[in-house]
Amino acid sequence: MPILDIQNLSVTFETSSGPFKAVDGITLSVDSGEILSIVGESGSGKSVSMLALMGLLPWTATITADRMQFAGQNLATMSARQRRKIIGKDISMIFQEPMSSLNPCFTVGFQIGETLRQHLGMDRKARRARTIELLDLVGIPAPEDRLSTFPHQLSGGMSQRVMIAMALACKPKLLIADEPTTALDVTIQAQILDLLVRLQKETDMGLILITHDMGVVAETAERVQVQYAGQKVEEQHVKALFRDPHHPYTAALLAALPERARGRDRLPSIPGVVPGPSDRPPACLFEPRCTFATDLCRQTVKRQDEALGQALCNYPLVAGRPQNHPSQSHATDETRKELT
Amino acid sequence: MFRFALSRLALIVPTFIGVSIVAFAFIRLLPGDPIMLLAGERGMSAERYAELQAEMGFDRPIVAQYFDYLLGLFQGDLGTSIVTKRPVLEEFFTLFPATIELAFCAIVLATTIGIPLGVLAAVKRGSWIDQTVMGTALVGYSMPIFWWGLLLIILFSGTLGWTPVSGRISLMYFFPPVTGFMLIDSLLSGQEGAFTSALSHLILPTVVLATIPLAVIARQTRSAMLEVLGEDYVRTARSKGLSPRRVIGLHALRNAMIPVITTVGLQVGVLLAGAILTETIFSWPGIGKWMVDSVFRRDYAVVQGGLLLIAIIIMFVNLIVDMLYGLINPRIRH
Repeated sequence: MPILDIQNLSVTFETSSGPFKAVDGITLSVDSGEILSIVGESGSGKSVSMLALMGLLPWTATITADRMQFAGQNLATMSARQRRKIIGKDISMIFQEPMSSLNPCFTVGFQIGETLRQHLGMDRKARRARTIELLDLVGIPAPEDRLSTFPHQLSGGMSQRVMIAMALACKPKLLIADEPTTALDVTIQAQILDLLVRLQKETDMGLILITHDMGVVAETAERVQVQYAGQKVEEQHVKALFRDPHHPYTAALLAALPERARGRDRLPSIPGVVPGPSDRPPACLFEPRCTFATDLCRQTVKRQDEALGQALCNYPLVAGRPQNHPSQSHATDETRKELT
Repeated sequence: MFRFALSRLALIVPTFIGVSIVAFAFIRLLPGDPIMLLAGERGMSAERYAELQAEMGFDRPIVAQYFDYLLGLFQGDLGTSIVTKRPVLEEFFTLFPATIELAFCAIVLATTIGIPLGVLAAVKRGSWIDQTVMGTALVGYSMPIFWWGLLLIILFSGTLGWTPVSGRISLMYFFPPVTGFMLIDSLLSGQEGAFTSALSHLILPTVVLATIPLAVIARQTRSAMLEVLGEDYVRTARSKGLSPRRVIGLHALRNAMIPVITTVGLQVGVLLAGAILTETIFSWPGIGKWMVDSVFRRDYAVVQGGLLLIAIIIMFVNLIVDMLYGLINPRIRH
């Protein structure tokens, strides 16, 4: 049984220009001891769906879900008070900007200890011992001296390590890492990822890694879910995904990796931007940017089965060729040129 | 922290000399002659005028007068009032407790009401609570103080008869000043009803004096709080499963207090310098009223000495605010 099971989660924001659906029917599940990666560009609803799960969205957000279960408990129906007993303890989260995610007015020791007191009711002495242990665990040198350090005295990498220590304080069953390395130097990124994966293996917790960096996905994830404009467009095992992406969006994302561009002057890119509230296409949301789009894609879009990575596409790709495409021979040649 | 305080103290010396020059020049730039004002409508003979001028040192060149004054300052002598013939310093210390008492009560009222209201308005942003608090704050901020004071006197002292009109205590009570603070002295005197009388005299002036600082503090707290509530670390605090009370009251408020402390500090400085309008309306014998009276009498020694003392108080308050700022904001301290 998965530790986290979400069915058909939608989040709608009430804005001054009308409702905006940031997350549109997301389904995902994570087992304990598993790393699930959620990939997508900015505005694809990756963070919002996780914040919805944590109950951290502002009141302007309306959350609906067929099921939102964590370790057998229904997160969708529980009160805010009940949820606060779970978040920070069994589900914890680290964020994109470590430097601004720590409170500048309190010491590192206080901020980690606060979680321990809140959920485990530890006394001062036990908190101190456990905090030192945690700082040591995340690879911070001289942890005892760091207790009285303020966040502005730490580098970005160190801050993220402190955030990880804080998230792990109560031995969570699920850790959500929301672009944990985006704001860090490239050399530090690898260290933090290694640390997260090592800790995940040691503690056997579930890990959801949100990222827009396909390189990070390749290095760490086991299962990958690709999101676009608030929808899940594809889900595959990481190796299969890189070998044979079924959704044109995934294929285009992979084609845009610098490592895959050979002998080209310019890196391939995906034209256009993620649709906003005003220019939302009627059926397939990727249709305006898709090279394979036909009239059918403006009327309806079909969810493919497991074998095709649950791709949300009328013409899922197999080995780079769109299946059942009307002008198959013609279109394929052109797009193959585009993608390779 | 000690070095920090010391470097701030070193800055006070040049400021002090600057203020002494400005205060000395300022009162002499005003048209009018203190001796002629003393003489009143009858005037005086030229001989008597010259005699008084020599006695007060006004016949000497202006630069020499300044250096005489400066020399006196370094010996702790701020001069003598032309009108009352009492030392300026002595008058100041007689009147200053009244100003402190009023300023202290006003700032306590303004912060204990203003900060929670600002926090509430920020948390309930856009709601009717927010609209009401901010609307009232704008009215309070724009209120002409002398008019507001008179309105309150008409209602509470006149129509309702709940509070006295002016002064610090009812004439029924008399006791020698011990601390100079009427609330404390009335308690020490042990006279029945004295404390209540002192308290009831304090209410209206406190409310009037607190009105503008309260509005400023509420607005400042709200805007600082709104900014802080959107910060990443507030989201972190919430993601730890902390209660909203702790997230807002500790994690957010601590950061929001940084700009508010500065505002409160500036207000304290202004209030301690004497609330000219409020003290005048309620005949409150503090230094605000003292300074105004002295300007009208062209009491050179009192005006220049008083300005200097007020400047010192403001510098001192700012020093304390700077140090408090360092206490609450670790980024300044280290």
